[in-house]
Order: sequence, then structure tokens, then C-alpha cells
Amino acid sequence: MTPLRLLYVALLMVLVMVAVPVWAEYADVVLNRNAEANGMRPVIYPHWFHRIRFRCKVCHSELGFEMRVGSNNINMGEILDGKYCGMCHNGDVAWSTEFCDRCHSGLPGLATGIRGASKSSGPGDY
Amino acid sequence: MSGVILRIVCLLLFLSVGSAGAADKWLPLAKDGLHDPNNPGIHELQQPKDALSTLPEDTAGNLVSWVEALRKGVIVPRTNIMPDTKIQVLDLDLIYSKTGDSWYVRFPHKAHTEWLDCTNCHEKLFKTKFGATGIKMLDILSGHYCGQCHGAVAFPLTECRRCHSVNPDTFTGKIGPQPVGGKP
Repeated sequence: MTPLRLLYVALLMVLVMVAVPVWAEYADVVLNRNAEANGMRPVIYPHWFHRIRFRCKVCHSELGFEMRVGSNNINMGEILDGKYCGMCHNGDVAWSTEFCDRCHSGLPGLATGIRGASKSSGPGDY
Repeated sequence: MSGVILRIVCLLLFLSVGSAGAADKWLPLAKDGLHDPNNPGIHELQQPKDALSTLPEDTAGNLVSWVEALRKGVIVPRTNIMPDTKIQVLDLDLIYSKTGDSWYVRFPHKAHTEWLDCTNCHEKLFKTKFGATGIKMLDILSGHYCGQCHGAVAFPLTECRRCHSVNPDTFTGKIGPQPVGGKP
């Protein structure tokens, strides 16, 4: 991205953020690649809640979550098989997957992405 | 030229975050624009205010100093869930001098490895050899290198001085890896 283009994007961002305040808690993640297509609310993943209880490395090293929204193609089958979220959400480390509404808690129509901050998903998407 | 533009960008980012954060400190989940207030499960979730208001304060991001919360033992997040995982904390500061007309950057490995595993950054984001990566601020602002976390989950890029913390006019030490505990 050229410096001038970045300036333009930053200006645009100011206008957008003045008009539409960001409400979400910093670093909340919306996961909606598969959820709504399968009749469930989008998933809201709160980084703040998990960070109080686990260091980043537990999910991003041991569990194998890539540190980029959209780069982990998680589906419910894998979670039920004990992968990704299912490493902890199994009724042992954390509450089990029977509590659908606790994760599938987002407003309909939300797009996958990280909120309360930049999208941080690559050039031009800041 | 690009230095001036970068400063303007930083100022604009600061202004935009300031205007966005003015409304409330931590909103209830039902009013955060993400959670569905009609979801029956919403009442079972912890509210951000209940958890975050008890932690050391900060002025950006979640308005919590996560590093301070960890070091003071206010929070005790688990380091691993698998018994054989090796936990490594590295106490090694690096000083970068190729910062244009900005102050030098001091990078503390300790604060990072208290949270992250070495493999989260090496060799994926950064080469282990000092100076071999060629990090540029515009790339960081675009979500690469440091910007993969800072600006997304770690403190945002409005906080220039937290990284650009070393005054080149008064710094007399060596660039690169810094001595730990008096050793070279």
C-alpha cells in the first residue's frame, strides 16, 4: 500500500468511526462461515474472557488456531471430535458443547471478522 | 515524505479511536452491537464490565493492562493444557534503530513470551536473526508483523511510544540484543 493510499484509508476510517461507533469489546471475533448457513446464530468469541483464563499460546500453539481471522476453517464436527474449541469445551476443562447459545450468540447477518479494532486481515483491510 | 504521512496517519488513528471509545467504558453484551439480545443464552455469559473493571487499568484496547495483570498475579491464566508442553520465557530485549525519524524501538521478549510461544512468531512472522526481517511501519499498519496482534488483540497502533520508547539522542548502548543481568 502506498503512503498516500494509506492516508486516504485512514481518513475514511475516521469518518466511518465518527459516524458508526465501534461497540464490540476490543478483539471480539465473529465466526460466521458456517453458523448461519446451518441455522445457528454467528459465534462471538471474546478474547478478553479467554485471556483471563488462558495465555495466548494455549490456543495459538497447543490448539493450532492460526492468528488470523478466517484462516481457521472450524466446523462443529471437529469441535465435537475434541479439536479446536473442543479441546477445552468438553465438560472437563470448560463447559461442554450442549450449551449452544453461549457461543452461537451473535446478531444475525454479522460478517466473520475481528471487531473493536482493525480488521487486521491483510493489506488494505486495516 | 512518507515519515510525515505516517505521522498524519497515526494522528488520524488516534482521533478515530478516541471518538469511538467516548461512549462507554465496557458495554453490556446486549448493547454491544454483536450479541443478539433475544438469545436466551445471553444471560449466562459474563459481562465485560464484571471481569475487566477489577483488573489494572489501561487507556487503550480492552482498557486493561494485560501484562501488568499477569505480573501482579491479578489473573493466573493457564500456560498449557497438555502436560508435555514446554513453557519457555525469554528475557531478552532488542533495540531497533532503523526507525526513520521516529524513536528507536525496544522489543521485550519477556512480556511477549509470558503470553506466547516462540513458534507463534518464529520463523513465521520474524526471522530469529536480528535485523533479517526488514519490518516496515506501513506493513505493521496493514496487519503484518507486529500488526498481526497489535491493532487486533494486543494494544493498538495508536500507542506509538510504547514501542518507539528509546530516544536516539540519549541512547548510548548497542543496537540489537541487549545485555541481560549485566552480561554482554
